[in-house]
Amino acid sequence: MTKELGIEIEKLNVWFGEGDTHVNAVIDASFSVKKGGSFGLVGESGSGKSTVLRAITGLAPDWSGKITVLDEVLGETRTRNFYSKVQMVFQDPYASLHPRQTIDHVLSEALHLHGFSEPDNRIMKVLNDVGLSQGFRFRYPHQLSGGQRQRVAIARALVIEPEILLLDEPTSALDVSVQAEILNLLTDLQAERALTYLMVSHDLAVVGHMCSEIAVMNQGEIVELLDVEDMRALKAIHPYTQQLLDASVQRRRVD
Amino acid sequence: MTNLLEVKNLCVNFPTRNGVVEAVRNISFSLGKERLGIVGESGSGKSMTGRAILRLIKKPGILTADYIKLEGQDLLKLSEREMRGVRGHKISMVMQDPKFSLNPVMRIGDQICEAYQLHSKVSRKEAVKKTIEMLEAVLIRDPERVFKSYPHEMSGGMGQRIMIAMMLIPDPQILIADEPTSALDVTVQKEVLEIMDRLVRERGMGLIFISHDLNVVSAFCDRVLIMYAGRIVETCRADELSNAKHPYTQGLLKSLPQLERRVDRLAVLQRDEAWRTAPSVSGIVEPERA
Amino acid sequence: MSELKTSPETKQSLHDWLVSDAPTSRRQAKLSSYYRAWLTLKSNPMAMFGLAILSGLLFIAAFAPWLAPADPFEQDLAARLLPPGEGGYIFGSDSLGRDILSRLMYGSRITLYIVALVALMAPIVGLFVGTAAGYLGGWVDVVLMRITDIFLAFPRLVLALAFVSALGAGIENAVLAIVLTAWPPYARIARAETLTIRNADFIHAIKLQGAGAMRIITRHIWPLCISSLVIRVTLDMAGIILTAAGLGFLGLGAQPPSPEWGAMISAGRKFILDHWWVVTMPGLAIFTVSLAFNLLGDGLRDVLDPKKNK
Repeated sequence: MTKELGIEIEKLNVWFGEGDTHVNAVIDASFSVKKGGSFGLVGESGSGKSTVLRAITGLAPDWSGKITVLDEVLGETRTRNFYSKVQMVFQDPYASLHPRQTIDHVLSEALHLHGFSEPDNRIMKVLNDVGLSQGFRFRYPHQLSGGQRQRVAIARALVIEPEILLLDEPTSALDVSVQAEILNLLTDLQAERALTYLMVSHDLAVVGHMCSEIAVMNQGEIVELLDVEDMRALKAIHPYTQQLLDASVQRRRVD
Repeated sequence: MTNLLEVKNLCVNFPTRNGVVEAVRNISFSLGKERLGIVGESGSGKSMTGRAILRLIKKPGILTADYIKLEGQDLLKLSEREMRGVRGHKISMVMQDPKFSLNPVMRIGDQICEAYQLHSKVSRKEAVKKTIEMLEAVLIRDPERVFKSYPHEMSGGMGQRIMIAMMLIPDPQILIADEPTSALDVTVQKEVLEIMDRLVRERGMGLIFISHDLNVVSAFCDRVLIMYAGRIVETCRADELSNAKHPYTQGLLKSLPQLERRVDRLAVLQRDEAWRTAPSVSGIVEPERA
Repeated sequence: MSELKTSPETKQSLHDWLVSDAPTSRRQAKLSSYYRAWLTLKSNPMAMFGLAILSGLLFIAAFAPWLAPADPFEQDLAARLLPPGEGGYIFGSDSLGRDILSRLMYGSRITLYIVALVALMAPIVGLFVGTAAGYLGGWVDVVLMRITDIFLAFPRLVLALAFVSALGAGIENAVLAIVLTAWPPYARIARAETLTIRNADFIHAIKLQGAGAMRIITRHIWPLCISSLVIRVTLDMAGIILTAAGLGFLGLGAQPPSPEWGAMISAGRKFILDHWWVVTMPGLAIFTVSLAFNLLGDGLRDVLDPKKNK
C-alpha cells in the first residue's frame, strides 16, 4: 500500500511550438502520486500546472521524460484501455459539455465506448452517486446550473469506473457554496471508490483541503514539494511558495 | 456631507417565455465617499445592480426605480444623450476582464487619450501628458512603452491597471468595479487592489466594489451589501463581516476552505426559501450632518 | 398527435410537456428542443412569411396537375402573347400560346428539384471536406484547403458553363455544375467552425473517453457545424435559384419545352418590349422564392446560431 504508486513522473518536459515560437511549458518536473492518495499541483496562471495534466492525458503531444501510470510506462499515444483507468474533470463546466447533447447521451456514449453492459442501470447509479436526481437524465446542459454541470462532468468521468481522476481546477468557475458541495462530493467519492486524485488549482486553501501532498509550480518548474501539514503551518522553504502563502492569507486579514 | 449616490427601489426585470425573471428586486442603497462592497453568488443580481446605475441594462431587460440620484440629480430623468455624459465622466466602470474592454487594434495610449478627450476639451498634447501621468499613477514602470503597446502585449494584471487608469483619468466621482480582480492571480490581485484603493482615497471618490469573494470584500471595503436572489439580505461594516448575522452570509463564510485549519467536511449552505421572499434590507445610510 | 390537439386542455398540456425543463425520456428531450426552436422561429414574422411562401410553393409543386388551369405544354397559336387576364389566361400566354400560370406551376417542380439537389449535395461535400481539414489539420488540411481555393478562384458561372458544355445541357448537369461551384464556401465555413470547436473542452473530454477521430467528427463536430451550414444554405438558395435560372437563360440548363423559370425568361426576352408579362411573370416567381428563402434564412439564424443560446 505504501509503496504502490498511481502516477510517477520523472524529468517531464513539455513544450509548444517549434523554432521561434518554441515555449517550454513544463521543465524537468518530477513527482509521484500514491495509489489512493491525493496530490495537488499549485501555481499561478502560466505556471504549467494544467500542462502536466495534458501531457499525462495525451492532449499535449510534445513531451519528453518518463510518465508511469499504474505501473505502465506511457508512450506516444494513449490507448482506450488507458482512458478506462484515467479520467479528467475540466475547469469550466460551461465548456466541457457538448451543448447539443443530453446528459443521458453523454453518459451512454462513454459507456458504449468502453463496452459496458446495462447502460440504463449504470447511468441511474452514477447520477445518484453524484447527487443528481433521475429527473436530470434527459436534460441539456443549458437547463442546468454550473454546479449541476460539474456534477455531470464528474459523472461522465466516473461512469466508466476509472482508478485515477485528474482534476483541473474543478471548482474555480463555481460559487463558494457550490464549491463546498463539489469538494465534499469529491471527498466522498474518493473514500467510496478508492480513487487516486491529481488536482490542479490556483487556490491554496482548496488544495490544502483536498490533498495530502503539494507541489508548487512557477514558470514551468516545480519549485517546492511540501506536505499539507507544513503548508498549513505556513512553513515553506522556497521564497515563491512563501509569497503565495502570504498572498492567500493576507488578503483575508483586515488592514 | 451628502451622499454621492442614492438608489431607491431599484428593480431589473427580464421577461422570458416562461414568465418574468426578476434579476434585481426593490433594492435601495446609498454611497458616500466610501468603499461599498456588493457581494453575492452568481445570479444574485450584483452585476446587474452595477449596470443599472449606469442605465446599461440591455433589452429586453426593464429597469425601474423610484430614483437613482447622483448628487441629487435623478439619472432616470436624463435623456440617453445626457446619460452618455455621465458614463465615464461622472461614473466609471471597470469590468472583470480587461481583454474584452480594450480595443485590440488600438494602441493603449491612444485609447486612454481618447477616453480623456471625449469628456474634457483638451489638446492632444495635454491628453498624452495626462495619460502618461495616469499610467505612472497605476504604478506602471515604463509608461512611454506601455503607451505605444497594444492590449494583447499586456498581462492580465497590467491590463487591469490600464483599465483603472483609463477609467480614472476623467476624474469621475464614482467608480464601479465589477469583479476587477477575479481573473487575476492572487499575488497580482493584491497589487491591483492596493492601487485602486490608493487612487480612490486620494481623489475622494465613491467606490462600488462588486465581487463574489467575501475575503477580498471584507479586507478592502468599508461597508458591504450582501445580495441573494436579487435582494439585499444584509448590510454590515466590512470589518464585521465575519460576525454577520444572516444565515446566508454565515453559510457562505463557513463554506470556504481555510488554509490554516483542517476540516473533514466543508459546511454546505442550506438555502431557505424564506430568504428569497423576505423584503430587501435598506442599504441607505443617512449622511452625517457636519 | 392529431387527436391530442383536438381539445384546448390537451393542447395546453402538450405545450407544457414540450417546454418542460425536466424531460423524462429521450424522445421528449428531442421533441422539446425542436419545439423550442419552432417557438423562436414562430416569433419572427418575416421568417414565418418566408416559410409560408415556401410551403405554398411546395403545395403548388406537389399538386400542379390539379391546380394548373391548363396543360403547360399545350400550344395554341391563335392565342399567342395574350396579356394577363385576357382569354382566360390569368398571367397571359407566351409566344406559343401556352398558359404562363400553368407553366410557372409546373416550373416550380423543376426549381424545387434543383434547389433540393443542390442544397443536399453542396453543403454535404463542404461539410466532409471542411471538418476533415479542420479537425485532422496538418497535410490533410493543406491539401484539402488548396483544392478548395482552386475551386473558389474560378468565377462561378464560368466554371458552371464549362462544366455544362463539357457534359451537355440538362437539368442534372446544371445541378452538378452548381454543386461543383457552390461547395467551397461551405467547406470554408465548416473548417472555420471546426477549428473553434476542436479545442473546446467537450471535444477534449470525449477524446479522453477514447473516441477516435471519425467518431468525434461525425458525432460531435457535425451537429454543431450543420446549423451554420443550414443558415448559409438558405441564404445562398436565392443565388442557387438565380444560377440555375441563369444557366436556363443561357440555354445550358433545362431544355425547351421544359417550363423552367430561367428558360422561360430566356424564351421571352425577344418580346420583352412589347409583351412584358412573358418575362415578368417568371421573373417575379424567381424573385418571390429567392426572397422567401432569404427571410427564412435570417429567421433560422436566430434559431440555430449557437452563440445566441448563451
